[in-house]
Amino acid sequence: MPEVNGRWIADMKLPRTPDNEEPAAERACDFRPVDKGFTEEMAIAEASRCMRCKRPLCVDGCPVNIDIPLFITHIYNREFGHALDTIRESSMLPAICGRVCPQENQCEGKCIRGRKGEPVAIGQLERFLGDRPELASTPHMLPKSGKRVAVIGSGPSGIACAGELARNGFDVTIFEAFMTGGGVLVYGIPEFRLPKAVVKREIDGLKELGVKFEYNSVMGRLADAEELLGEKGFDAIYVATGAGLPKFLNIPGENLPNVFFANEYLTRVNLMKANSFPEFDTPTKRGKSVVVFGGGNVAMDAVRTAKRLGADRAIIAYRRTEEEMPCRKAELHHAKAEGVEVMPLVSPLEFLAGEDGNVCAIRVQRMELGEPDTSGRRRPVPIEGAIEEIPCDVAISAIGTNANPFAKLIGGMELNKWGYIVADEETGQTTNPKIWAGGDIVTGAATVILAMGAGKKAAADITEKLAG
Amino acid sequence: MFKILQKTQFSEKVFKFRIEAPEMAKHAHAGQFLMVRANERGERVPFTFADWNAEEGWVEFIFMVIGKTTTMLSTYEEGDSLQDVVGPLGVPTEMGEGTWVVIGGGVGLAIAFPVARQLVATGHEVHVIMGARTKDLLLLEDQFRSILPDDHLHITTDDGSYGEQGVVTAPLERLLEGGDADRVFCVGPVPMMKFSTLTAQKFGTPIIASLNPIMVDGTGMCGCCRVEIDGQTKFACVDGPDFDATKVDWNDLRARQAAYRTEEGQSLKAYEEANCACQR
Ligand SMILES: Cc1cc2nc3c(=O)[nH]c(=O)nc-3n(C[C@H](O)[C@H](O)[C@H](O)COP(=O)(O)OP(=O)(O)OC[C@H]3O[C@@H](n4cnc5c(N)ncnc54)[C@H](O)[C@@H]3O)c2cc1C
Ligand SMILES: Cc1cc2nc3c(=O)[nH]c(=O)nc-3n(C[C@H](O)[C@H](O)[C@H](O)COP(=O)(O)OP(=O)(O)OC[C@H]3O[C@@H](n4cnc5c(N)ncnc54)[C@H](O)[C@@H]3O)c2cc1C
Ligand code: SF4
Ligand code: SF4
Ligand code: FES
Repeated sequence: MPEVNGRWIADMKLPRTPDNEEPAAERACDFRPVDKGFTEEMAIAEASRCMRCKRPLCVDGCPVNIDIPLFITHIYNREFGHALDTIRESSMLPAICGRVCPQENQCEGKCIRGRKGEPVAIGQLERFLGDRPELASTPHMLPKSGKRVAVIGSGPSGIACAGELARNGFDVTIFEAFMTGGGVLVYGIPEFRLPKAVVKREIDGLKELGVKFEYNSVMGRLADAEELLGEKGFDAIYVATGAGLPKFLNIPGENLPNVFFANEYLTRVNLMKANSFPEFDTPTKRGKSVVVFGGGNVAMDAVRTAKRLGADRAIIAYRRTEEEMPCRKAELHHAKAEGVEVMPLVSPLEFLAGEDGNVCAIRVQRMELGEPDTSGRRRPVPIEGAIEEIPCDVAISAIGTNANPFAKLIGGMELNKWGYIVADEETGQTTNPKIWAGGDIVTGAATVILAMGAGKKAAADITEKLAG
Repeated sequence: MFKILQKTQFSEKVFKFRIEAPEMAKHAHAGQFLMVRANERGERVPFTFADWNAEEGWVEFIFMVIGKTTTMLSTYEEGDSLQDVVGPLGVPTEMGEGTWVVIGGGVGLAIAFPVARQLVATGHEVHVIMGARTKDLLLLEDQFRSILPDDHLHITTDDGSYGEQGVVTAPLERLLEGGDADRVFCVGPVPMMKFSTLTAQKFGTPIIASLNPIMVDGTGMCGCCRVEIDGQTKFACVDGPDFDATKVDWNDLRARQAAYRTEEGQSLKAYEEANCACQR
């Protein structure tokens, strides 16, 4: 019993509650969610591990400073509605961030219990609440102001901004290039990690708040900032178009058939349902031997998708070692359990074509770790003469993205020399007093929670500025 | 949903749809395209704007039946709706000064027509070279005739079943020799574009090619539509579809266009079989 004479004493003996995972061998054959989430008993047990620190380091680790000990306390007391309300003060998307935040570098990375053992499973607890949205109290709605805001892009940043604004009494329209809402959450992150139903719930929630959706609307081509603020009568714009163009490896053979950028590979399956071809019209390549370059979440999603499409060998090829991989640790762990091979310390030199003209192998340079660079990480350096060929029938590059090209066409605001939008870090306001921006189109490819946070901050600033 | 206001059949395999799309109609330009997803399970496929009318709020595209999606589209009737239509996409064609030669081959004629029409409408002198394997595959002859004087329309068929026997480069060469061309625009099968380019280059005449690689999103996100221009990778959907034809790596384009031949055949077969079954 962790409470003694009214004082909280965490259960220090209890080990961290393990994730509620589907067996690896079974789940690797289909797209079912890998992790079923905590049950109520699991959540309450895990909540008893939290020490309710007076100076909670976990809160510093969370980019939007959720009051973690408070919501965990509510969970322990079975006050799930209060717990969810606590999170919602800081984050609009707990069901999503609980699943996809890189917790080990953020909240859980700072948790005091992690110093000598395992940190509290904050992400799982957050997701537990996020998956029970009916428990939250009805949000307070401000009276309608009659002011209209256009939100461009329906990724996490656009969703968060639109939701806040709608509650603050604005008439909000989201313009989205695709035929469905959610951005990377629907076309990038696969079903087995983030079920589409979870994203749809957020979109439906916005509709209930009165937010209007204009799909198939590529802003910058269909209308620019000038037209939105002029003829179309919007009082403000929030630009959240996300990161765009894939980065190239810039090596020979990169454009051979069956060499993909991860975005295409993932979009074909997640958005266009190519895993169900020919019932769905969009095809994809079901490689038997698939090599993915990169070490982030995108690479991990691509390689695990390849496995589910039937690859016998699915390989992650990374320049450094496993330790340095920027992906969530849970994803690497899941990928390996599902049979993904990790090939550290290789750098691609060339994609080679087979007789049919399609990619048939990749020539790679073996690397070793040299001296630490400015970031403190040991830099990979080529081992002279250690060049190999890895056979493959599909190759995927997942090494990052450049700026979305439509920011320039939307116009009316300053971009930096890489094409990202210049916006105030605190408010999201751009060089145009009527345009705000946030998410990946400002920061470059980052995280869902940062994109969400930027949308929320901008909504607060828009509310304040338009009130005046 | 996007309603089909009008369906026109030009020949056995060539159709035009007029779609209700008021916002798109206000912002369309020649050389740009839209993407259609016919139904919930459909693929996103690109078609060039054939015409548009901002006052009446519609856009048109012309398509030739070749695979699953276009076969299915041909069964849609007036009053039916397309699930999704997105556009305008791509950079408008730059309509520089002078006399133009517009070359269209095969289904490329559907793309060449709006460009030729717009050039004529903006006061350019225009020659059109229409190329096809055989007479039956020659699209839109009447439409081209309606915008051009007879001596400005040049027709070739590979088998000589209509017009001049041979390929588009013969009339192109004559026009270039006669000094009747300041600029060339071409769209069609890769070999046709490649040889047109070599011919124009011989005379130092600038030539634009409208490239049609396979696309998925059409917004510069996925990289499927990449083409090699002057040794650099470009995205046809946001950097094009028009490029300086003398800089295009044609082998690369051809290989990438063909990447899904097997699956495309499979898809069409499954569709045809399913449709036979329900008619029985
Ligand atoms: C495969 C993958 C896996 C990832 N995994 C994780 C993870 O595990 N954890 C994590 O925290 N982050 C992850 N990320 C990163 C995270 O998804 C992004 O940082 C986040 O989605 C950015 O949100 P956003 O709202 O800025 O943009 P996006 O999510 O990119 O949304 C932008 C939206 O704008 C639309 N749009 C673009 N241009 C226009 C236009 N001109 N007009 C109208 N609409 C337009 C797009 O179609 C899109 O819907 C991952 C990213 C990818 C690609
Ligand atoms: C910018 C652009 C403009 C175009 N404009 C027109 C037009 O005005 N009229 C017209 O008839 N056709 C046009 N096309 C070609 C048209 O998109 C294809 O004919 C159509 O996608 C074929 O689909 P399908 O399912 O019937 O045939 P499939 O059997 O799927 O494919 C036949 C061939 O069409 C091409 N193709 C297939 N899928 C795609 C795709 N998603 N994106 C691009 N190409 C694909 C491939 O080269 C393929 O080999 C254009 C293509 C591009 C890229
Ligand atoms: S939002 Fe992310 S970082 Fe913050 S508490 Fe939740 S899981 Fe941790
Ligand atoms: S740091 Fe860990 S133990 Fe302390 S309040 Fe946060 S979650 Fe609880
Ligand atoms: S079609 Fe996806 S980037 Fe051009």
